[in-house]
Amino acid sequence: MTGGEHGGERGSERGGAIGRRRFLGYVVAAPTLVTAAQLVPAQLVPARPAAAAAPPVPEQAPELVPELGDLLDLNDLMTAAALPTSGLISVGIGGDGTVSFALPRAEVGQGITTSTAMLIAEELAVPLDRVRVTLADARPELLFNQLTGGSNTTISTYTPIRVAAAVARLRLLEAAAAELGAPVAGLTLKAGVITGPSGRSIGIGALAARAASDTTMRVRVELAPRESFTVIGRPHNRVDALDAVTGRKKFAMDLAVPGAKPTMVCRPPTINGKVGSVANLAEVRAMPGVTDAVVISTGVAVRADTFGQCIDAVRALKVSWRPGTAEGKSDASVLRELEAAELPLGIRPPTPFVEGRFTFAFRSNSALEPNCAIADVRADRAEIWSALKSPIVAQQAIAAMLGLPVGRVTVHVTEGGGSFGRKLFFDAAMEAAEVSQKLGKPVKLMWHRADDSRQGRTHPMATSRVRAAYLGETVLSFQQRHTSVSTDLGHGLGEIITALAARLPVADAGFAQTFFHLSQSMPYAFGVSSRLLSETDKGFNTGSMRNVYSPDVTCARELIVDQLAARMGKDPYRFRHDRLGDARSRAVLAKVAEAGAWGRPMAPGTAQGIALHGEYKSVSAALIEIDCRPETVNRPIRDGVTGPRVTRAVFAVDAGLVVNPRGLEAQMMGGIMDGIALALTAGLHLRDGHFLEASWDNYFYTRQWNTPPELRIIIMPSTSDRPGGAGELAVAASMAAVACAYGRATGTMPTGFPINHATLSFTPKPTVPPIPPSPADGLDHAR
Amino acid sequence: MPEYTFRVNGAQVTVDVAGDVRLLWVLRDLLGITGPKYGCGINVCKACTSHLNGKAVNPCAIPVSALRPTDEVTTIEGLAATSGQDLHPMQRAWLEHDVAQCGYCQPGQIMAAVALVRRVAAEGREITDADLDGLRNICRCGTYFRIREAIRAGAENM
Repeated sequence: MTGGEHGGERGSERGGAIGRRRFLGYVVAAPTLVTAAQLVPAQLVPARPAAAAAPPVPEQAPELVPELGDLLDLNDLMTAAALPTSGLISVGIGGDGTVSFALPRAEVGQGITTSTAMLIAEELAVPLDRVRVTLADARPELLFNQLTGGSNTTISTYTPIRVAAAVARLRLLEAAAAELGAPVAGLTLKAGVITGPSGRSIGIGALAARAASDTTMRVRVELAPRESFTVIGRPHNRVDALDAVTGRKKFAMDLAVPGAKPTMVCRPPTINGKVGSVANLAEVRAMPGVTDAVVISTGVAVRADTFGQCIDAVRALKVSWRPGTAEGKSDASVLRELEAAELPLGIRPPTPFVEGRFTFAFRSNSALEPNCAIADVRADRAEIWSALKSPIVAQQAIAAMLGLPVGRVTVHVTEGGGSFGRKLFFDAAMEAAEVSQKLGKPVKLMWHRADDSRQGRTHPMATSRVRAAYLGETVLSFQQRHTSVSTDLGHGLGEIITALAARLPVADAGFAQTFFHLSQSMPYAFGVSSRLLSETDKGFNTGSMRNVYSPDVTCARELIVDQLAARMGKDPYRFRHDRLGDARSRAVLAKVAEAGAWGRPMAPGTAQGIALHGEYKSVSAALIEIDCRPETVNRPIRDGVTGPRVTRAVFAVDAGLVVNPRGLEAQMMGGIMDGIALALTAGLHLRDGHFLEASWDNYFYTRQWNTPPELRIIIMPSTSDRPGGAGELAVAASMAAVACAYGRATGTMPTGFPINHATLSFTPKPTVPPIPPSPADGLDHAR
Repeated sequence: MPEYTFRVNGAQVTVDVAGDVRLLWVLRDLLGITGPKYGCGINVCKACTSHLNGKAVNPCAIPVSALRPTDEVTTIEGLAATSGQDLHPMQRAWLEHDVAQCGYCQPGQIMAAVALVRRVAAEGREITDADLDGLRNICRCGTYFRIREAIRAGAENM
């Protein structure tokens, strides 16, 4: 596995081929070679949409084509937001020939350290294993440019990272030319070694100091053309895979920060309850291993030699609690709130129509690594370690809370054990900072799983009401009213939208409405189409769960599409295909239909479902086969929800230019598992102001027994020279296709999600104490 | 404070800690062996899966006082050595199939997989879909399909 071979002339100022775009980069003053690029070069920012052509709200402008989401999607917004504030990102060459790069994004499993290393290896022609990608500390000067979200990382960093690497390449070739006494045009750079016409060669490490500059200067470079790629576009395994399989990969809780002892928080029995009083703080402080116990804003923190002793101490605390922000609320009461907040669909059309109302339960975006952070707060400074997707906002919020200048708070971004939207927020980092300041000691703070499930962020409960009018074989209108418990966008994404909202043709719509319109689009030629979002109730801890609004919105839409096809006597696949205006969408749909043998005979109680979703400048389609026969639904699994089994998943994705196909497949696989969970098993039950789920055997994310035994992921060929987003993409089409398959297998369109939500499949754990005891019977289960 | 002695990854260790502290915290918080991960603390998620005398156990559910001096605890860090190679065949299979995403659950997944293959081999049969369905380890990234492929491949070389 090595980098590519490129002729030396490509990167030079003089030798560029006509028509190639030149990019501006920098050589940074440093003792060794450091090159840089602006994270978002000006020439990549899309032209502003013609505001006059885009009326304010689709509902008031039924003729609107294209839609706002087509003109300027969320990624354009994030890219544009970055323009006036972007700082530099830099590539360094070490004397040992390694290339280092601090990525101002969070790696949480999505594979961006690998794809970033691939971009650098491509431009610099060095072996991938010589590229060291780390995660940058919070860099306030980057402002919006250090937010990991919206599946935007590759879209926004694809060019600037390559520009920085290309500048390094150019400088190394120039240094080698002097060293070898040959013109740059006569040199080749391969596998980190530059060879001259005479056969003499020199490694880039030996050139690092010579290629360095004592002043910072601007350099114009060209990038390797797509047809020359030898790394980008070829499958690579993850750069951190060896560390992951040997236990060497370090997450926040694995770090040995001196004095940072295990810390947990005793939390309220209802959502966001507050401490009234504590009856036995002194007693708990005297428990074995316990060093401290202190009341904080979210509960009572305990610090001990081990987390096991924290668990015992949390359970021993006798706390009287004050009410929270969702007192007495339940699934049923929130549903009534949603119904009251729903925007009207308008008068009934005079033509035939189909209509549906769908309900989506609260869902947990808990990662397997719970909320956690290390904090070491001193009188005049603070240091934080946590997996953070919005580290700048975290740094600012923590500094404000501690009463320290932002510059005195160092925030280290650790690799995250999953995110799914959860790590956009920094709840644990705030708590750790608060506890550390109160105790005057470093703390390693972790949420218990029960806390993470019951008090952690959720995907808000929502309803979607859809009405589609048709005449003959023509769909005349398609209206969707999505109503949701408020989604908290207070991690920085909201601020981006605020900053640009005035420039966007969205009238007075708020953050969430703007986000909604930017992330949703109608792929089918369904006449007058409108989608509106209404939000209510800010009493819950919510956030942008992977793919945000799209899984629910798409699921409701695709189920109604199946209904329309049935009314017209059409095949669900042909009906969709014939109404898609976009060639890429038609191609992915046709691909899954062909690869999945759409329409093949299926036994009674089993069926296929098909669905489509486009977002992040990518398109995707899923074909699902499901088995809803009683012998499958009722197969026994201890403490698990079995239910219908997805027996086969075929998924096609066009994500434009693909950097790492192996990583893209992995993201699609994960998104499919999420979609299966959202459709069939994964929901939170709200009762009396708290969620019942406190364990992975309560909240049923997809498990091995729900995993499709057959899975095929097809990456569509693309001639695009721009990457699309992928981290969240697969969830929506997968969830929708599972729902459609279920409806066709059972003959009844499902309207409540997850489908098993009406059945409580476990005995809820107590809320006081808030966390369960540690079991002691582990030896009995050795196998 | 009482002392407890047992073996971890081939070396004898003695810890000075209350006997009801679970092995997971002895490993992670006192011995600095961080391969076994916390994911639930109640023997559900299986992220801490390690081996005790060659069988899969969950250290979050074992009081340290339950261990005898001759008990051999193997964590992911010690797995390769049990095969006498740089990497255990199951770890190689995991690399070949590029299983890990965030990687947090993967030490537990690999340890559970190795124990499953040993158990099935002891029963003189091949791994079935039902065996794989029976694995309870959570992977919130949803790598389940590649896990199934890697276990079948790893079993070939064990």
